[in-house]
Amino acid sequence: MLAHIIQNLPQVLIDGLTLGVVYAVVAIGYTMVYGILELINFAHGDVFMTGAFMGAIVLFLLMGMGFLAALPAILVFIIVIVIAAIATGLLGVGIERVAYRPLRKKNAPKLIALITSIGISFVLEDLVRFIAELKTGNYIVTAPPMFNHKFTLNLHSALPFFNNATFQSSFLLVLIVTIIMLIALDLFVNKTKWGMAMRAVAQDRDTASLMTINVNRVISVTFFIGSALGGATGVLFMIQYGTIDPYIGFVLGIKAFTAAVLGGIGNIRGAMFGGVMLGLLEMFAASNLSIITHGAMGAEYKDVFAFIILILVLIFKPEGLFGKAVVEKV
Amino acid sequence: MTSLSAFFEKIAQSKKNQSILFLAYVIVTGAGLFLLPDSTIAFLLLLFSILILYYLNLNLRAKWVTGIVILAVVVPFIASFSDSYQTYMEVGTLVGIYCAMALGLNIVVGFAGLLDLGFIAFFAVGAYTYAIFASDQASKFMPFGHYPLSGGAFWIFIFIAAIVAAIFGILLGVPVLRVRGDYLAIVTLGFGEIIRILLNNMDHPINITNGSMGIASIAPPNFFGISIGSSNQFYYIAFAIFLLVIYVVRKLEYSKLGRAWKAVRDNEIAAQSMGIPLVKTKLAAFAIGASFSGMMGVVFAAKQMFVDATSFTYLESTMVLVMVILGGMGSVPGVILGAAVVIILRTQVLTNISNWLSAMSSNYGISIPPALSPEKMQLLIFGILLIVFALYRTQGLIPHKNRKVDVAALKKESEQAALKREKTASGGADS
Repeated sequence: MLAHIIQNLPQVLIDGLTLGVVYAVVAIGYTMVYGILELINFAHGDVFMTGAFMGAIVLFLLMGMGFLAALPAILVFIIVIVIAAIATGLLGVGIERVAYRPLRKKNAPKLIALITSIGISFVLEDLVRFIAELKTGNYIVTAPPMFNHKFTLNLHSALPFFNNATFQSSFLLVLIVTIIMLIALDLFVNKTKWGMAMRAVAQDRDTASLMTINVNRVISVTFFIGSALGGATGVLFMIQYGTIDPYIGFVLGIKAFTAAVLGGIGNIRGAMFGGVMLGLLEMFAASNLSIITHGAMGAEYKDVFAFIILILVLIFKPEGLFGKAVVEKV
Repeated sequence: MTSLSAFFEKIAQSKKNQSILFLAYVIVTGAGLFLLPDSTIAFLLLLFSILILYYLNLNLRAKWVTGIVILAVVVPFIASFSDSYQTYMEVGTLVGIYCAMALGLNIVVGFAGLLDLGFIAFFAVGAYTYAIFASDQASKFMPFGHYPLSGGAFWIFIFIAAIVAAIFGILLGVPVLRVRGDYLAIVTLGFGEIIRILLNNMDHPINITNGSMGIASIAPPNFFGISIGSSNQFYYIAFAIFLLVIYVVRKLEYSKLGRAWKAVRDNEIAAQSMGIPLVKTKLAAFAIGASFSGMMGVVFAAKQMFVDATSFTYLESTMVLVMVILGGMGSVPGVILGAAVVIILRTQVLTNISNWLSAMSSNYGISIPPALSPEKMQLLIFGILLIVFALYRTQGLIPHKNRKVDVAALKKESEQAALKREKTASGGADS
């Protein structure tokens, strides 16, 4: 049994890492908003989904104009991801304007903001389904294949207890792009003036506003960055996995939120770590659950596995792995 | 203009005029449904009389009796002349089922302030509890007993399912003791998904739920030898349970427990420091809310004669939440109205508009793409309803009202009590 698990380990690591970095970037969107507003932006998973569809639209447009064949694939990819990121970033700012800012002005209970975010997520899902179905007749969209050159990692000859692992070139793309995004974000938050303003607002909104920080603008910027990252990850998801539908955002969003909680919500580096860890754990569970339980449970329980992790973390360590425990003030 | 408003004022003040007008409304809409038996609008107008009744300025008991008579006698009787009798009664049954569920969620969200996004799980638990034992599914894993159970077991199962769902409610409630606010919402969401995935996959190693195939051919319930199979019979079962649920909720709302829930909702720390046991109060909210939907799960399973995990998705959970938010969190009449509006919108209005649109497109050549069909727009409509009500009308359609307290009477009462105490105390000293 153990030998079998070890044999599959390289493939599990590659698949888990791909999924994990996707979770990590989406988790950052949750964690940034939560850090500043103490609000679960439920619609973020659907912003991710919208990004994937936006990318598909741009890709099909470029293909229709013949650019896909004429330009090098990497250039097309950059155009697609930048357009999708800007569009979803603006979408995020719009969501904040419409759904959250009025509530903040009214000082409404947090429960209400959560309910509006569920509403926004429904509206996004249905609008995207509507547009996709109107254009293609089917809401499940298959993207044109890109970066699907297959590599085989020949581990078996060097280390005989491992099996060979295969991956597509899109795996490298996903990994490189997400790492670039993560490093850029980390630099932005820790080294720039806007990042400092963001951290200040997260720490204490009222005091920050006294220090001549325009709180509303900082919140808008946060939503822009979080949503743009989410949308860009959507494009990566589309390229890596090929098919997208309007309901991918829901489960992925919940899992990314789990990752954010796992790393300590509000903590950006924690979210990165949590995402990668959750991706690895999930892939490990998916490939090995049936071996460990002798066929009683299969890969279909991998979502249950992720949810149980979420519940356990929230029960026993609600501040997450890297978060600070919050004491409730009266 | 002024004479008109004076006229309305006069009507509003006189109970007799109100009852006459109300009766006239019921007769007119009833006759409308009788004469236009296939018109959904006539059916809805007749149901609308219940809402009018709620706003009438009459004695409470009279309103209850009238409402029950209209729903239990007038509506089924008039609808029975129509070809779509079973459809109407099915809508009625569904409204009953979802009203009870929404009232259950209202206890959790509206009274106790705990946002539950996995509420449908308890409904699923109730439905499966009955489905497993009322079909031959149970014989696949139970070593003893003879299955399916006879139809008479249905009535016992209503209570068994209530208890099982309550146990699941407490199971879910245990994490609640540590998690609060929006984390709680996510935990409950995860719980709901776990239950759904489990139900969908528990066909191996032991076949308990028959996996994604679902459980089919559930035995119909049996009422003193009468086999219950059609919607007009289930309508009365759902109605009876619905009345029971309303009774329990109204009793609970102003009880010690009900007041404790509201105190916890408004300020947890303050409530705790006033001596309210947080753990017990929250668990009670989850257990009672869950038991309502467990009961209705049994009715649902018996009515559908088939259950599978696709009826219990996250969308259904949020739909119950939409009912509560739309009606008004914490407001019992509001939640009932919200549930009725959502169900009727979903089963009647959207379908009718879709049919009408497709008729339009075939008659006049105006082509409406199938993607635009209103039947498929449920998510959009419910999403917009959630946003609009959360942003602009947090109180819902019928806002929650606290029971008015007559301050003067209370003062008098407490003065008298104080006087009495003084008397007994001084009396004790004298003798």
